[in-house]
Amino acid sequence: MKIPVTAIRLPTRPGREYESRFDREQSLLKMLAIPIASVIVASMVTTLSIFTAEPLLPPFGLLMMFGWRLMRPGLLPLWSGIPFGLMDDLFSGQPFGSAGLLWSLAMLALEIIDSRAIWRDFFQDWLIASLLITAVLLGGLWIAGLAHAAPEPSLLIPQIILSILLYPLVVRICARLDSWRLAT
Amino acid sequence: MAPPPHRRPGFSRKAQYSLFVTYVAATAGTLVAALLLSISVVDPTGFAALRTFGAETTAPIARIFSALRVSTQGITHNASAYIDAASKNVTLEKEARANRSKLIEARALRVENARLRGLLKLTDEGEQKIAVGRLISSTASSTRRVATLSVGRNYGVERAQPVRGPAGLIGRVIEVGPTTARILLVTDAENLVPVMRVSDGLPAFSAGLGNGTVLIKPLNLGESPFRVGDVIVTSGNGGLYRPNIPFARVIRKTSDGALAIPFADPGNTPYAIVVQQYQGEARAAQQAAAPDGKTKEIKE
Repeated sequence: MKIPVTAIRLPTRPGREYESRFDREQSLLKMLAIPIASVIVASMVTTLSIFTAEPLLPPFGLLMMFGWRLMRPGLLPLWSGIPFGLMDDLFSGQPFGSAGLLWSLAMLALEIIDSRAIWRDFFQDWLIASLLITAVLLGGLWIAGLAHAAPEPSLLIPQIILSILLYPLVVRICARLDSWRLAT
Repeated sequence: MAPPPHRRPGFSRKAQYSLFVTYVAATAGTLVAALLLSISVVDPTGFAALRTFGAETTAPIARIFSALRVSTQGITHNASAYIDAASKNVTLEKEARANRSKLIEARALRVENARLRGLLKLTDEGEQKIAVGRLISSTASSTRRVATLSVGRNYGVERAQPVRGPAGLIGRVIEVGPTTARILLVTDAENLVPVMRVSDGLPAFSAGLGNGTVLIKPLNLGESPFRVGDVIVTSGNGGLYRPNIPFARVIRKTSDGALAIPFADPGNTPYAIVVQQYQGEARAAQQAAAPDGKTKEIKE
């Protein structure tokens, strides 16, 4: 059986370097589970015993999702922002549904950007991810303010800067996971 | 990277339809998420069960990391204590001598206090500890300041119970699971604590700013009466927190209040103690007899 490797959703021709070789088939489980599990595990980072005085920990789940989405367009389905976001809401402390909505809107925005700016390099991807991360964090603050008393937006500046600077690292992790995912 | 071929499905009807279905699913899912969000904004406790499930499933890992963190902190602390043992010993002896006289004074005051209370027939039950746990995680990536405690309903922890550490007030319980509880820290913008200045009992309110400090607002209007270094304790108003729990130290004076840093740092607190509400019965009675019969405690 020929297994699609670069897309979970649609069978597409894999790149030559990822083709199954003689007597070696890629594991379908690994190909499906690694992107999904990596985003969920990244969302769970908040359950480790990290205590910060202000919101400082970057939203690793979001960074991981953007990493996969921008590195391999078409791998994560368009609607994947919703389940990933709802999973993140279980651990983030935000009102339930906040990340579900914001991450989904971010995925839709990326889809629109993909149809406008077609050939991009990594720095443009980084810029797009930075803008979306900023938007999602500010949106999260606004939503938290709807349900509860919320602090000043300037409080988020360190977290936004840290998240933007950590994005390339997360993409590297995604790339390593990707080569492991597609290894035969 | 170039856009993937899935966006140009060609002449295949099947591919065209399945592409269309993903767009429909994404839009519908976004609307569902917005609906869930509006439900949780209107009723913040609505999805507590789901969050509790999340906290419970990850609690074992969090417990291991918490224990690891505490033991590494202990090692570094012990090592540094060995290095400057001699100089520390001298300063501690000096401090102990200075404190001895104050301790005797305090003892005398306690006796006098008990006698006066006896005269006034003031009943005051002692601080009832319910459970002692450890803070195992916090929402470090969100603007909400919520921490997870390692004990839950199995030790009799219930909602709206105050939580304090050895150094001072930490917060109060907002959600309880079978073996974990979520605590709204005093630094959360939602958490209002009735406090007073310890030197003269000046009543004030404290509201978190979300960045590790709290804003102390005095009840009376006018220029801020606080000075840097003032010590703030809980006042016992409202009947939730008992009076005289150490709370915060003022670090800056603002135009209508003061900025203060809480004594209890959740990242550096070895134990968190869940205590009984100060006047739980009176609080319940007051809420039952609310003027319109509808006023209830606001849940968060």
